[in-house]
Amino acid sequence: MTSGEPNVTSASDGKTAEGNGALDGEVLLDVQDLKKYFPVHGGVLGRSVAQVRAVDGVSFRLQRGETLGLVGESGCGKSTTGRTILRLIEPTGGRVLFEGQDLEGFDRAQFIAFRRSAQIVFQDPYGSLNPRMTVGSMLAEILKVHGLAETRVDRLARVRELLEMVGLHAEHAGRYPHEFSGGQRQRIGIARALAVEPKFIVLDEPVSALDVSVQAQVINLLRDLQDELGLTYLFIAHDLAVVEYMSDRVAVMYLGKIVEMAAAQELYRNPLHPYTSALLSAAPRRDPKTAPNRQRIRLSGDVPSPIRPPSGCPFYSRCPHPGKDEECRKALPVLEEKEPGHLAACCKHSMAVGGA
Amino acid sequence: MPLLEVTDLRTYFTTDAGVARAVDGVSLQVGVGETLGIVGESGCGKTVTALSVLRLISSPPGEIVAGSSIRFNDEELLEVEPARLREIRGNEISMIFQEPMTSLNPVFTVGYQIQEVLRLHRGLSKREARAAGVALLAEVGIPEPDQRFDAYPHQMSGGMLQRVMIAIALSCEPSLLIADEPTTALDVTIQAQILDLLVEMQRVRGMALLLITHDLGVIAEVCDRVVVMYGGQIVETGTTEEILTRPQHPYTQGLLASLPGIGDRDVRLNPIPGTVPSAVDWPDGCRFRDRCSFAWERCAESAPDLLPVDGRSSRSARCWLLDPDEAAGRGAHVTPGEPT
Repeated sequence: MTSGEPNVTSASDGKTAEGNGALDGEVLLDVQDLKKYFPVHGGVLGRSVAQVRAVDGVSFRLQRGETLGLVGESGCGKSTTGRTILRLIEPTGGRVLFEGQDLEGFDRAQFIAFRRSAQIVFQDPYGSLNPRMTVGSMLAEILKVHGLAETRVDRLARVRELLEMVGLHAEHAGRYPHEFSGGQRQRIGIARALAVEPKFIVLDEPVSALDVSVQAQVINLLRDLQDELGLTYLFIAHDLAVVEYMSDRVAVMYLGKIVEMAAAQELYRNPLHPYTSALLSAAPRRDPKTAPNRQRIRLSGDVPSPIRPPSGCPFYSRCPHPGKDEECRKALPVLEEKEPGHLAACCKHSMAVGGA
Repeated sequence: MPLLEVTDLRTYFTTDAGVARAVDGVSLQVGVGETLGIVGESGCGKTVTALSVLRLISSPPGEIVAGSSIRFNDEELLEVEPARLREIRGNEISMIFQEPMTSLNPVFTVGYQIQEVLRLHRGLSKREARAAGVALLAEVGIPEPDQRFDAYPHQMSGGMLQRVMIAIALSCEPSLLIADEPTTALDVTIQAQILDLLVEMQRVRGMALLLITHDLGVIAEVCDRVVVMYGGQIVETGTTEEILTRPQHPYTQGLLASLPGIGDRDVRLNPIPGTVPSAVDWPDGCRFRDRCSFAWERCAESAPDLLPVDGRSSRSARCWLLDPDEAAGRGAHVTPGEPT
């Protein structure tokens, strides 16, 4: 898998095992060189004067039943990636294949079928629920629209089943969103996604707004549902410990690009990209014995603007790698397999590995 | 003598649903140059405790109930005149908040807002205040401080704005800085920068720090001592290491068991069941008992005081299990141990 212009062809060929070393099962979702540029309007006429490269050549594949974690700091494009895959936002370029079929060629009926197969759970459960509808009528409406339950009685039974599946009670169906706590609302958001019996769910920071004790309840629920229903997750979050806990593989994003991707434990134990190392080292540790004394990799400055991304390595301006040089500043590093099943986009590392 | 001594603080709010006892009998001390962390989930009263110290509770609906005491440098803050209170705020106690974007005025440059503090509190001239302000921005690690001084808040990133807030808070060299979730709105690499800065500033200036957070990781990085709050009360106190490695209160144990650590993939999380009760309707007896797996009849009768752990007054927890006589009455005797 690759990113950046010169490698589009190899990314689209996409048949090799390159970059998906861990993949041996059926590929459910195949994202190829996905791009989303947002226009920046300015001047008197409000013309488009620049582009924000929110997602800039993202490629990965998801196996059925797997969880891919997507981590990165605010503005790195992780949420836009999730939404563009679901076509909640139209992509600027690239392809998304779901069960081997290109979304681009879908007609209306196929698209509705895709909507049933691929769902999303948002960060803010309150903002994503209609305050004027009871939970029961909201769920029943989904069932009706998608023709999933013919009669009222069937729908009521299914609503009850859905609520119980996410750890709520049947009598909650008559209540409005404001009558629930944050954790319960997130359970409703999950029930809504499950109502259409999806195969794939984008979980966009589903526990970030929740208190620690409630967060753990929702994490357990998501893992149980995956086991029970064979779901495939794209888990987007900024909390590294939560992402590792939830994911089989993890991709790290920086300035619209994936800079490293590997099996979760491998990535956390053996980060190859200096940005991943810095992220891991910046995360606060709970172990008081190591916390105050350990050497943190300090990143200076802020993330550069995605309107004028640096020409070479996007991480160049903040990179703490002692060996960074002119090459890094000029050449865009390609996301490539450095070790079996472990991809990273760093010139310096490829040299080190090449020599070994 | 501690720098700050809060005794039996009760801050109540009148709401449509009844009286919310947001802070209900909190006592704590912060020594000179010490870092005390207050940790707890939303609604536990940690922020209201901090706001009460600076008397920033608007009344009505809020009220600091008679009988509460907040002594700072042996002066009773709840009794001082407004003019004296203004002197204390900023000069002796400063505060920074979670959202630096909303703490600064968007229509003035950050430099103007720093200057204003320096001129009001330290009586500097405009020119002196500018020089001092630029020096402060440099001290908190803002690159090109002379140019950034004239920037408006919207022209700076969240991390930079929090540095500006810290510069303003430190401008009058307070002996106590209250930081309420100072890094919660920031990304993890920026959070690390800001925590480093706070620790560094505290060390250089010998200032005490009262750090409020929901993040036990932040506590582990920064604090000497910790108080854990639940239901408007302190439920456990101890050193950071004691709290994180040998928690005694079932709530603290539950909090720690709820957090996945890096490398814990295969362990199922053991969350606290249920949700935090409402401040207008705390349960009778122990406020945690509905969610506690150790609770028995005694817990419903009345809540214990903070009981000493290992016979030391600096280490305590609000749980009947720590009273050997009461715990013996529970029948199947269970001692809260290490979190699993």
